[in-house]
Amino acid sequence: MKEKHTIRMKVVNTVGVMARITGLISQRGYNIDNIIASPSEDPNIYTVHLVLTETEEKIEQIGKQLNKLVDVIKVSDISHNRNYIVREFIMVKISTNKNRSELLQLISLFEAKVLDLCAHYVVASMTGSPRTIMRFLDAVHPFGIMELDRSGEFAVKDE
Amino acid sequence: MNKGKNMNGSQIIIDALKKEGVNTIFGYPGGVVIPLFDALYGESELRVILNRHEQAAVHAADGYARSSGKVGVALVTSGPGATNTITGIATAKLDSIPIVVISGQVKNDFIGTDGFQEVDMSGLTRPVCKHSYLVSDIKDLGRVFKEAFHIAQSGRPGPVSIDIPTDVITASIRNYQYPEKVELPGYKPTISGNPRQIKKLAQEIQIAEKPLFYTGGGIVSSGAEQALLQVVEKTNIPFVSTLMGLGSIPSDHPLFLGMPGMHGRYAANHAMMQCDLLIAVGARFDDRVTGDIRRFAPNAVIAHIDIDPAEIGKNVLTAIPVVGDAKHILNSLNEHLKPREANGWCKAVIKWKEETPLIYERRESEPAAPQYVIETLSRLVDEDAVIVTDVGQHQMFTALYYRHRKPRSFITSGGLGTMGFGLPAAMGAQMANPEKQVIAVCGDGGFQMNIQELATCALNCINVKILVLNNEYLGMVRQWQEMFWNKHYSKVCLRQRSNCPPNCKGPNAACPEKYFPDFVKVAEANGVLGLRAEKASEVESVLKEGFVHPGPVLMECLVRKEENVYPMVPAGKAIDEILMGNERILK
Repeated sequence: MKEKHTIRMKVVNTVGVMARITGLISQRGYNIDNIIASPSEDPNIYTVHLVLTETEEKIEQIGKQLNKLVDVIKVSDISHNRNYIVREFIMVKISTNKNRSELLQLISLFEAKVLDLCAHYVVASMTGSPRTIMRFLDAVHPFGIMELDRSGEFAVKDE
Repeated sequence: MNKGKNMNGSQIIIDALKKEGVNTIFGYPGGVVIPLFDALYGESELRVILNRHEQAAVHAADGYARSSGKVGVALVTSGPGATNTITGIATAKLDSIPIVVISGQVKNDFIGTDGFQEVDMSGLTRPVCKHSYLVSDIKDLGRVFKEAFHIAQSGRPGPVSIDIPTDVITASIRNYQYPEKVELPGYKPTISGNPRQIKKLAQEIQIAEKPLFYTGGGIVSSGAEQALLQVVEKTNIPFVSTLMGLGSIPSDHPLFLGMPGMHGRYAANHAMMQCDLLIAVGARFDDRVTGDIRRFAPNAVIAHIDIDPAEIGKNVLTAIPVVGDAKHILNSLNEHLKPREANGWCKAVIKWKEETPLIYERRESEPAAPQYVIETLSRLVDEDAVIVTDVGQHQMFTALYYRHRKPRSFITSGGLGTMGFGLPAAMGAQMANPEKQVIAVCGDGGFQMNIQELATCALNCINVKILVLNNEYLGMVRQWQEMFWNKHYSKVCLRQRSNCPPNCKGPNAACPEKYFPDFVKVAEANGVLGLRAEKASEVESVLKEGFVHPGPVLMECLVRKEENVYPMVPAGKAIDEILMGNERILK
């Protein structure tokens, strides 16, 4: 069964390491849902979060192939671990032309943050689990989403 | 000695190559690498062979590596010089061969500007290399060479590309020293296998009724021939060897069932399908071996010994994975194994082998059967001869009909199936083994893909013996067209002219002149002795004459035009659905 997996990698920060990772994924015929790379606690080591929707066997094979890359230090598939935390950050511009007070109420209910507010729209940011983000976006959808930017999903093991 | 010394990029490169034990490079100069070739001018410790095409240079480095176990090195210029190496690099990647390909690049400042002869070499090579480097700073040059040679030959070997901008080649630094160690936190190949898994495998072997070893190129690259021999002889377990593993154990060994797969032997394929324990060692369940994977080895528990963890479970479900070096693991496995007598299964599979010898039709007057030419070659060569093939029917005939004797003496492009590989790879093998007889077995199609290397052979006294089986067809494609495409011989005839009938179904009296091109004349024009056998009865004398000639020789044997390679498993069939030839189907 195909499921969402987060492959979390520690990689050496070299020129072309992202090209190697994304190239390998497309070369083996898979699709990337989202990818995030950022420095870790050690600036020479980057953490890459790669989200894929695939079967467990395929994820295992992708993980092994990624591990073969010389610049990849460690690969873990943490999505199937019960103890993990996934978060996403979004920024969304929503039209205020319909019912502004109801919209602002929703925003505070979801504990999202208002970053900017003007006559025609509100810009809000929010951090949450994929489910909370989905619920929030569903809730504000009728007001009219003018722009949406998502960070993609981060995951961390909760031990 | 270099401490405190000013060194430029060229000097660093040459110093690194020498420190890595390189004495032969195959190369081709060009604009951005002139400074490096300038440093090689008059150099006595590094021999540079000037090939006539960069692809041939890489294949030569590859043949050098395959025949010696050392790292092969090619050196080319940027742009077209770099792109011409891609086929050679991919060939080495698919067969896990350690080579280092050094290419020049435009100046750092010009990178990304579509400069003259600029191409993104590290990008191009990424999917076909084990690892690739773009060295943009001279400070990294020594480290990159150290790492490249380490990566190429350790773990599962493979090609490494080093792309060097010309300003890095001419730059200089102080206090240069070649690093003694590599530091690669993300690269640590597993060598010794997990002891628990090895023990478990030993237990499975003791209880299995129908065990079979399936060995591949990993035996050769790990040098595990003796370890394998000890295990199979102690346990009396029969074994098959893939194309890449041929020669690891002499092919007349009583427990050897032959090569399995699409052109595999009856006994090998049936043993694979019927065994209850299949122990793969350094082999990767390639589709040319397994046939229809869903019906492959239905009753077998599969054990897989491989140095590359990503190979395990890639194509088949594996019950007992053992990650590590074949030699290490077979040696520790041996310690756990008790001697076994040859059981009923062992006797049965050996009987299958005896009952299904390879057969072909012999006729004396006609052009020779290609199988006969290979048998004659096998009879006449030195015991330690190195046989290098191109790709196609002759390759399968050589795999099947040649008596394989020693490891690293059968060299062939298995994974990528690269036509044009034979001659340049044989040149590399000859450079690595100057004392040995090296024979390139080619078809007339593949030979023409790197025919320009005849000149390189003649001028550099590379005394390869080139055996061309000329059937005037791209024989393997023609065989498929005959068998599965209603004899539509579409663009496989190598003497088809513009006025030939477009729906030609085979040679006939109206065909144009005998041979095209005249290979004997081509050889002579390049300073290579050319000999031709038009009939089967002439084959032996041509080979004998060629073998005693002190220089490179082209021995052309005209062979039967519409001969097919059997046994054959049609694509998509299970490997026991073998066509044995003569319309005889054995199931």
